[in-house]
Amino acid sequence: MNIGKQFKEGLLLQNPVTVQLLGLCSVLAISTTLFNGIGMGLSVLVILTCSNIVISLLRKIIPSKIRIAAFIVVIASFVTIVDLLLKAYLPALSESLGVFIPLIVVNCIILGRAEAFAYKNGVLASAIDGVAQGLGYTVVLIILCVFRELFGNGTFGGGLLNGGDGIRIIPEGYPILDLILPVGGFLTCAFLIALSQWLVARMNAKKKEEVAE
Amino acid sequence: MLTNLFTISLGAILVENFIFSQFLGICPFMGVSKKMDTALGMGFAVTFVMALASAVTWLIYTYVLVPLSLTYMQIIAFILVIASLVQFIEMFLQKTIPSLYQALGIYLPLITTNCAVLGVAQLNIQNGYNFLESLVYGVTGGIGFLIAIVLFASVRERIEGCDCPKAFEGFPIALLSAGLLSLAFMGFQGLKIF
Repeated sequence: MNIGKQFKEGLLLQNPVTVQLLGLCSVLAISTTLFNGIGMGLSVLVILTCSNIVISLLRKIIPSKIRIAAFIVVIASFVTIVDLLLKAYLPALSESLGVFIPLIVVNCIILGRAEAFAYKNGVLASAIDGVAQGLGYTVVLIILCVFRELFGNGTFGGGLLNGGDGIRIIPEGYPILDLILPVGGFLTCAFLIALSQWLVARMNAKKKEEVAE
Repeated sequence: MLTNLFTISLGAILVENFIFSQFLGICPFMGVSKKMDTALGMGFAVTFVMALASAVTWLIYTYVLVPLSLTYMQIIAFILVIASLVQFIEMFLQKTIPSLYQALGIYLPLITTNCAVLGVAQLNIQNGYNFLESLVYGVTGGIGFLIAIVLFASVRERIEGCDCPKAFEGFPIALLSAGLLSLAFMGFQGLKIF
């Protein structure tokens, strides 16, 4: 098992958000403060890893005809656990993520990894895949959050630092308010995906040059 | 009562459009909006399922989960109901209206994992709607989705032939145009006076 390769794929080459274009609903909707980003990213990371492990353990028992239904039940159980834990211990986060925590059930990243990876590979590899893909999702989410919060609201670390208000970097009245509105989600995400397409294309071109030489 | 239902409908279709302001159902919105006719098919299928799902999940929540104090099973129960509902609709259409079944074909199973459907079920409970309100919210939310996906499909058909920077080709340019559409929908924000 090539762990380095799995992480490289999760973070850039096969990044769930920018390359596979999965799970965009939650990425666009909640990437407004750093607190949201870290909370959502870690929730998805935990759920993805756990469901990958369980599905990989059960892969010989689950008949292939009803596998999607079985996957959904496994995923929904973990989502329920995380949802209830957040409600109990981090009510502020649960409130600000709202309906998007239960909606992790239908987040295509988790079902997609269950179908494409965990159902076909061993437990350890599936666990690593869950962590790598989950990290890829979290990193993209945090980049978007930091960018949108900084330029849209003028602060950094909202919900976490400075008693929840975040540290003000751009004085009030100057930030581009549109960026924290839904429009900003679409626009920043478009630019981030364009950037990753450009990076991947450049890496492929470099590889070709090396082969040619 | 009527004004209340009207407010909910107006909100679901324009002011708080499921796609443009709540970000529910972005995956099918991006995935099947390349052509007008498939977008129309998906839009109608989603509207239908959203309406049915809001009604059924509301009934199950109120008459099964609450009396048995099983509300912590909400997520699992809802997703199972939606999955079986979609399966049932698929079989029903296959038997009774084969032409519609063929038109919707591959989009029907996809609806199970559409966040708008599970989202509307969760929001109905979260907002404390009664049965009629839930049903209206489901139908009008679906109509909002239909309008959004049809508008976007016609924009996207035109983008197809345009020149754009290489890095933006395909998905990013589509997201950018969705952003502009969402900016336009923000204009409805002022309707909130009701």
